[in-house]
Amino acid sequence: MNFNDSEQQAQFRAKCSAWLQDNAQLKTQVVNHNPHGEPGSQDFLDAARSWQKKKFDAGWAMLHWPKIYGGLEASPLERIIWGQEEVKFNVPQGIYEIGLGMAGPVMMQYATEQQKQRYLPPMAAGEEIWCQLFSEPSAGSDVAGLRSKAVQDGDDWIINGQKVWTSGAQFCDYGIIVVRHDPNVDKHAGMTFFFVDMKSSGIDIKPIKQITGGSSFNEVYFNDVRIPDSQRLGAIGDGWRVAITTLMNERLAVGDAKGVDATEAFEWAQGQDDHGQALIQNRAVRESIADWYCQASGLRNTKLRTMSALSKGDTPGPEASITKVVSANKLQAIGNFGIDSLDMAGMLKTELSDVHDFHNAWLGSAGLRIAGGTDEILKNIIAERVLGLPQDPRADKGLAFKDIPSGR
Amino acid sequence: MNLDFSDDQKFLQSEAQKFLEKEQSLQRSRSVLDAQQALDIDLWQKIIAMGWTGIRIPEQYDGLGLGHLELCVIAEELGRSLAPVPFSSSVYLFTEAIIKFASNEIKQDLLPKLVNGECIGTVAITEQLLAPTAQNINTTAVNNAVSGTKIAVPDAGIATHVIVVCNGETGIELRLVELGDECSIQKQDTIDDSRGHFSIDFNNASSQLLGDQGEGWTLLQNLLDQAAVMFSFEQIGGAQAALDMATSYAQQRFAFGRAIGSYQAIKHKLADMYIKLTLAKSNSYYGAWALSTESVELNVAAATARVSATQAFDYCSQENIQTHGGNGFTWEYDCHLFYRRAKLLSLNVGSLATWKEKLIHGLEKAQPANVNQGV
Repeated sequence: MNFNDSEQQAQFRAKCSAWLQDNAQLKTQVVNHNPHGEPGSQDFLDAARSWQKKKFDAGWAMLHWPKIYGGLEASPLERIIWGQEEVKFNVPQGIYEIGLGMAGPVMMQYATEQQKQRYLPPMAAGEEIWCQLFSEPSAGSDVAGLRSKAVQDGDDWIINGQKVWTSGAQFCDYGIIVVRHDPNVDKHAGMTFFFVDMKSSGIDIKPIKQITGGSSFNEVYFNDVRIPDSQRLGAIGDGWRVAITTLMNERLAVGDAKGVDATEAFEWAQGQDDHGQALIQNRAVRESIADWYCQASGLRNTKLRTMSALSKGDTPGPEASITKVVSANKLQAIGNFGIDSLDMAGMLKTELSDVHDFHNAWLGSAGLRIAGGTDEILKNIIAERVLGLPQDPRADKGLAFKDIPSGR
Repeated sequence: MNLDFSDDQKFLQSEAQKFLEKEQSLQRSRSVLDAQQALDIDLWQKIIAMGWTGIRIPEQYDGLGLGHLELCVIAEELGRSLAPVPFSSSVYLFTEAIIKFASNEIKQDLLPKLVNGECIGTVAITEQLLAPTAQNINTTAVNNAVSGTKIAVPDAGIATHVIVVCNGETGIELRLVELGDECSIQKQDTIDDSRGHFSIDFNNASSQLLGDQGEGWTLLQNLLDQAAVMFSFEQIGGAQAALDMATSYAQQRFAFGRAIGSYQAIKHKLADMYIKLTLAKSNSYYGAWALSTESVELNVAAATARVSATQAFDYCSQENIQTHGGNGFTWEYDCHLFYRRAKLLSLNVGSLATWKEKLIHGLEKAQPANVNQGV
């Protein structure tokens, strides 16, 4: 056992690191918390665009992609090494992850060669931003229950309906979308998958105000929107299979819940007063921090086991399936701890960045436990796919979609 | 990057698993519990014949000269099959203490005998119904003569030697005692009688000092850190077996016309078991790395492995009973064997609270750079 890179890996890491040092600032050197502007602002978007373009020009943007689309044909492990190095630097993140992580693979697998050459390089270069249009008001965890309608009209399809929870729709150029073309067959058989120009006429985008006060998600309304049949991905009726490929990529893209962790809780408890002594002296606090530290360490070492398998050319086991459910719950617990440690004053929003981080963790974690698969869905997946337990009996089995009870 | 065992180590593990299955280790554990026998001599002899007692002992002393990682994979299998043998006392604790702290003379005498089973060792720490500390050890060592009473000593009924934590002339000492007439041994009933525990009265028992005078408490902590990693592998082996039992039962048992494993209440319970086990397993690998490389992080790595392995085995064994419903509460089903062993292992080198405290204490002592280790 060792944590060392092989000679080849070390060389690759050095190459990544050298380029990053020339082109970005280490997090430890950054004084200002948001050097790229408030996330969501135009400044931030511009900074993200220019960073993505810089990476693309050097080949780092989608390094695992084929060279003809702007990649480096890097191995999965090299991709992880790049990620480990990039995360040490303060770079604008959160704009491109969904497009590159979900739309990218689906276009790679299902688009025509001509389309790939047209769309993939600008996607990687950040010149065109992509979003994902799956969830609907009545189709969340049960995303196959979606109702947006597609009707064929000559060489076009006409789309009507509403999508929701679409990150970044307000500034996206293209989106991937799954819709229902036939409500008279089984629900999984009646769906078809497309990519759509987000500037098409009939698309109306309304931001959703979240409990954090921010608006990173949108409602997207489709009113007689035309999509050419040439933008269909997969066969008519194959929409669910294509969507599943995408959702698998989403789980990889979502990963760890970012924010305060055991180390920040530990450092905070060393500095915070608790009835005249340091909070870290409190037995209950020590036990809680020990729990979070063990979870954080367990996730870190789980990741290292996955990397070890990749490094040997093996297929990793299912162990990474625990990542999001553990990290989002840990984040919520740590957010609560930090706020509670201020006693009556914990209710106040302050400029103190530590307190700000605890507030963000407390609010944000409530969303992270839902996004990209709720705790409950993720536990179902572990139980069914990893442990091999049977599916729940389903009330919608063998019914045409139109006959499935909808509760309203 | 390689946080995994080698192919040879995995082969050793799969051979160990096959051996313990063929020898019906789990059924033997039940028999030992039923008959209050303290151990299964026959299985222990076979384990000695396999050479496992000498894994870490250098070849010059007739051992196999292998490392801690080989010991960890064996530990996982002993845990999975609840083997009723004095392996952990004699190998993780006693043999390690002799290798690390004993004089060459003692090594030459004892190590070959530990390999061939002539010598079986254990460690005697606790004395009262509370956590042992450097301040509450009352067993004395005066002119090399040990006197006092130790309780909950594993495997003392079959052991030939014991390392006694004593209050010596300049503080805590570790002392080697050959069990003889000056030692009166009594079997004690425990929550898991598939593993024998005993009290020992020492009455001026002659002893030899291990390690430096007055350093005993520090040496003991290091010994326990090492052992905690190996015990964590026993714990994840046991937790995996409990999860496997629960999964298989949930697939086969029907209620209201469907397998109980199709209910989300059961699925989520089993997913939680898997989550805790996965965290524990990954942390145990980290502990194994720290142990095998003699890392300065061993104290933190061992505590991390210990805390999460204890949480995993406690939870998996307890929810395995719950998944089995009434059947899980019967003596006939194996669920309680895992429940008992889980609790025994969660106490034997210190409780969950003790190890959480060790973890935080380790973080406080570490340089900030060590605390903030992220990938």
